[in-house]
Amino acid sequence: MLPVLLIMGLAACAKPPAGLPSDAVFDPYEEQNRNVHEFNRSLDRSIVRPAGVGYSEFVPDDIEDAIGRFAFNLSLPRSIVNSILQGNMLAATEDSYRFLVNSTIGLGGVFDVATDLNMPEANDADFGQTLHVWGVREGAYVELPLLGPSTERDTVGLVVDIFTNPLTYILDSPENYYGTIASVSSGLSNRGRFADTIDSVLYESADSYAQARSIYLQNRRFKLGNGSDGAFADPYDDPALAPFEVSDDE
Amino acid sequence: MMNNLNRRHVVSLLAASAAATTLPAPAFALTEARAKALVDQVVADINRVIASGKSVNSMIRDFERIFSRYADVNIIARSTLGQDSRRATSSQMRAFTKTFQSYIARKYGKRFREFIGGRIEVQGVRKVKSWHEVQSRVTLKGSSPFKVLFLVSDRSGRDLFFDMVIEGVSLRLTERTEIGAILDRNGGNIDGLIADLKKAG
Repeated sequence: MLPVLLIMGLAACAKPPAGLPSDAVFDPYEEQNRNVHEFNRSLDRSIVRPAGVGYSEFVPDDIEDAIGRFAFNLSLPRSIVNSILQGNMLAATEDSYRFLVNSTIGLGGVFDVATDLNMPEANDADFGQTLHVWGVREGAYVELPLLGPSTERDTVGLVVDIFTNPLTYILDSPENYYGTIASVSSGLSNRGRFADTIDSVLYESADSYAQARSIYLQNRRFKLGNGSDGAFADPYDDPALAPFEVSDDE
Repeated sequence: MMNNLNRRHVVSLLAASAAATTLPAPAFALTEARAKALVDQVVADINRVIASGKSVNSMIRDFERIFSRYADVNIIARSTLGQDSRRATSSQMRAFTKTFQSYIARKYGKRFREFIGGRIEVQGVRKVKSWHEVQSRVTLKGSSPFKVLFLVSDRSGRDLFFDMVIEGVSLRLTERTEIGAILDRNGGNIDGLIADLKKAG
């Protein structure tokens, strides 16, 4: 099942035209994507946003934080598996120690003891990133129903991560649902807490689709490039900006 | 929407709120020390505004002052307009730049209260192409710390920052998308863009 999915997904990755600048957007499915975006927006307006804001107001901040940490801790096995697939044994080891410490002393991840002990930051590896490391190209931009902005490569990654999460195989029902419930809660909690910021993208920008796409791709490429920002052009050299005259200080 | 607009993205956006940085300094080549000094200054000013406990409107005014003092608003405004800046008249360009500055101050300044209880620390600096990149780390209440870069250049004749990059998300590129969308909505009319921008943020 998995290899088939994987091959189908990767073969389906649309190929961008040659010579596209690295910060460009490759969006051949824009029309469908915009329809999905409208669906996501109406879903957000009618359900996700009210639920998130309500949740965040109802649940005390400390509890929200604890649920967020618990959900994040359960994502560590996925990160460890992917670091190994990427040949990054250091990251895999760091995350393993973090998982060990937080799952035990941190009472199942409810407390982030690892950070308090100044252990290395979590690496948060995923299969989309693994595909990137393996040389798979990004493919087209896609907006997924409910899940939001993604790329073809990251969509394949997402599916693979769901099926390869080690916890699904180790834990029995219903324990193996705890992670899912915690992730959903943590998502709602973020929707509530960062309501102003998300609202400004979804409801206050001139073109919320283009804005979400730009932010997602910039952030994702930054993460995959390990924090390098070599993609920026010097605006002082940009021919679009010539002639650039130095104006007087007001 | 929620899963992918996860905490990190959201926080990235939030951090856009902290826009503003660069110290006017003597006209020698920009050094790491001077780039860092500029950002230290900006961060100190921003932290002071956040701690002041003033009303939102006066925070926005303070923020606009920081932005106009330390940022190269001309180059930022011009690059968000991109190719279209070529056909703008100089009076349109002036009006756009001025409007853009207030728009940025309103849009990000009104969210300063989300920074209360948080802190920004300058961590390091390195030379990239023709500019210096000053790395800082922002810690907000209840979220993991995230990276904010200030890109500092002296090519305007003064040390000014021309971009803020929050977890890879550039203020300049993001606003370029927004300005482009407003311009499209106005059928490419720059005066229409300026009028809309006065109401935006």
